[in-house]
Amino acid sequence: MVSRNEKHTDVVIVGFGWVGAIMARELTQAGLNVVALERGPRRDTWPEGAYPSSIDELTHNTRHALFLQPSQSTVTVRHRDSDVAAPYRQLAAFLPGTGVGGAGLHWSGCHWRISPVELRLRSHYEERYGKDFIPQDMTIQDWGVSYEELEPHFAFAESVFGTSGQAYKVNGKIVGDGNPFDADRSTPFPLPAMKNTYSAELYSKAAAECGYHPFRIPSANASQAYTNPYGCQMGACTFCGFCSGYACYNYSKASPNVNILPALERESRFELRVECDVLKVETDSSGKKATGVIYRTSKGEEVRQTADIVILASFAYNNPYLLLLSGIGQPYDPKTGEGTVGRNFVYQNESGVTLFFGQDKFTNPFIGAGGNGVAIDDFNADNFDHGPLGFVGGAPIWVNQAGSKPISSATVPKGTPQWGAHWKKAVKDSFQHTISIHAHGTNMAFRDCYLSLDPTYSDTAGRPLLRITFNWHDNDVKMIRYVTDRMADIGRAMKPESMSVETKEFGEEFDLRHYQTTHIAGGAIMGTSPKDSVVNRYLQHWDVSNLFVIGSSAFPQGIGYNPTGIVAALAYWSAKAIRERYLKSPGPMVQA
Amino acid sequence: MSVRSRNGGAVVCGRRAMLQGTALGLVVAALFHFPSEGVSEAADREYAYRPVFFSDDEWQTLNSFVDRLIPADVEGPGALEAHVPEFIDRQMNTPYGHGSEWYLRPPLMKTSAALGYQFLFTPRDIYKQGLPALHSAIMQRYGKPFHQLDAGERDRIIGQMEKGSLTLSPVPSKLLFGQILKNCKEGYFADPIHGGNYEMGAWKMIGFPGARADFTDWVDRYGARYPLSPVSVGVHGVQGGV
Repeated sequence: MVSRNEKHTDVVIVGFGWVGAIMARELTQAGLNVVALERGPRRDTWPEGAYPSSIDELTHNTRHALFLQPSQSTVTVRHRDSDVAAPYRQLAAFLPGTGVGGAGLHWSGCHWRISPVELRLRSHYEERYGKDFIPQDMTIQDWGVSYEELEPHFAFAESVFGTSGQAYKVNGKIVGDGNPFDADRSTPFPLPAMKNTYSAELYSKAAAECGYHPFRIPSANASQAYTNPYGCQMGACTFCGFCSGYACYNYSKASPNVNILPALERESRFELRVECDVLKVETDSSGKKATGVIYRTSKGEEVRQTADIVILASFAYNNPYLLLLSGIGQPYDPKTGEGTVGRNFVYQNESGVTLFFGQDKFTNPFIGAGGNGVAIDDFNADNFDHGPLGFVGGAPIWVNQAGSKPISSATVPKGTPQWGAHWKKAVKDSFQHTISIHAHGTNMAFRDCYLSLDPTYSDTAGRPLLRITFNWHDNDVKMIRYVTDRMADIGRAMKPESMSVETKEFGEEFDLRHYQTTHIAGGAIMGTSPKDSVVNRYLQHWDVSNLFVIGSSAFPQGIGYNPTGIVAALAYWSAKAIRERYLKSPGPMVQA
Repeated sequence: MSVRSRNGGAVVCGRRAMLQGTALGLVVAALFHFPSEGVSEAADREYAYRPVFFSDDEWQTLNSFVDRLIPADVEGPGALEAHVPEFIDRQMNTPYGHGSEWYLRPPLMKTSAALGYQFLFTPRDIYKQGLPALHSAIMQRYGKPFHQLDAGERDRIIGQMEKGSLTLSPVPSKLLFGQILKNCKEGYFADPIHGGNYEMGAWKMIGFPGARADFTDWVDRYGARYPLSPVSVGVHGVQGGV
């Protein structure tokens, strides 16, 4: 029961991570009053990032201090339609964020653009390999936006994030030893690339020896002190090794809290309300116009916030979740293929190789930064001939030494017992002498992988939980096995004493028990037609034109890179469309 | 200097062994006295920790269990020297121990193991219902408690629990094993402020520098051993436990 109404505002934003912060900044600049509602608590460099308490693995990474705890809200998961879903009761495979800054406060900082090919994936594959190349149940499609359209927004986001990197090509001119597979850029990176760790240096040499094209990963960990266009300041990264799962103590890792919030706090048109859990988006009687949202405060009070524009900017699957809870749009039905909300749910498809060196070779894996490292793109996107391989997709392969901590990363060779004297000796012998290489691969969208509401389980607010129906398909297993073999070749060229390979087996089920990644996407995808997408190319809802749904939820299928870079670019792209077109003439910006 | 056994791990906590089975031992089973030869000065103090959460019987079982998961030997401290049981006891009185992180609403579904934890137990429940069940099962089979079994016998039982072949109810043996192993490694490697990793002994053994958190000058010293000893986030490097 709604107990009170807040004063009407121009824009209400649901969720205050990267997307919420970018949209709040852009729309207050356009003269609009903006209210942002964040489910979690207020968070900032102080106190969450304050040294030394922030450098405590148990509290942060192991006990998940900065994450959304399942006890508060979670999802259910099943592998296929015929199974009964069970709740994700303990955090493991993925770690959704909460609180001011969202996952942007405790991410790693790998800050990529995207391969232009991936934005028109279906068209590209059909053109190069023929229509029959794409399996029938693979529901991949084009995004409806091109790299050229997004380029200025990638460039601006990098200037806001203070991204460190080495460009390959700027305005058509080769400028340095960056990624030769990169699309053209309008600007170099705002900061020079970070120093390489020993592991990255060895990997770079070995990858080049194998005939590949190593380059330094674009990193939103600042290689030098930096002031961004909003006047927000960053300090140089000290390679402390506590990025993912932690708030940066150094102001070195880009976050909404460090890179945008200080500017917003000076803005009288902006209000941030924390511990406000949005329960639903309300629409008028026509169902074509959003009137605002209802949220629950930490005191259990239900409040209505009306607004002219509603922006969903919550974590990946929470955007489609809110649409399903609000009854906006038609839920996807995998049997008929009709409906769009929840369609094309995807994850990231990874594998890894761990190299173990002798006792005289110190790789010092505790030194690190979340976005630091060296990658090759030779097997990402469509940078290699898929014709004879028979799969869609690929993976960048990298050494991304983010900093090993002993509870989570006491890596031992495969086959070592889990406990006892042998385990202990193996940990002792391995900890300072390992290098990990990862393939961070694509996961294609399939007809039977989707989101819906769970019929059995609910959360503390009485909402039905979101249900994920997801499993690996042969296409993705084929891809990751192929890429893993290439990765193992590079590993062998690094001449370790031994090497452990982790890959996927055909028929293997999606396993929630071990951390993989929090790169979840899809479910409220963008596209060129309301028949197969929830939002248009401007991230505007097809039916409810004053509703914008922005985030990785918009990805039609998985991408090779980490998602934050393109999420930020899409937010700036959408904000520009709202500022320059929508505000002048509210209504659909694309006719269905 | 790390805490090491002078006897190759055979008897590290001599005083504890002596106290076991005595009335005093039941009350302060963790009153260790480290042998003075070959151990650091700080470790050569009486260590008395009285558990808050575990009963005396549970405490003895837990101590003798983690003693086998991470045994004391020439490589470095064992779980007992690292004060792992104290860490676990203290964790049981945090929100984590009470299950505040986990989604524990019914019903339970029969599902693929790949979907992860499907029980309604909190960590406290797992220990409070699991350790007495283990105790009974061992008494029945051996006629003496777990902590009085020799190392080989304890290893065999732990191995059966790891595979789930030892039948325990209501907490399955595999679940109890997994919980103890996870908390044991946490206590061994976590910052000493949480009560384990005594004197950062585990960090010293593996070469983890703890909260140094500034490697600007070391990131490109390729292949060289990092020279500084670890630091804790706590005051003076060591907190808790003593």
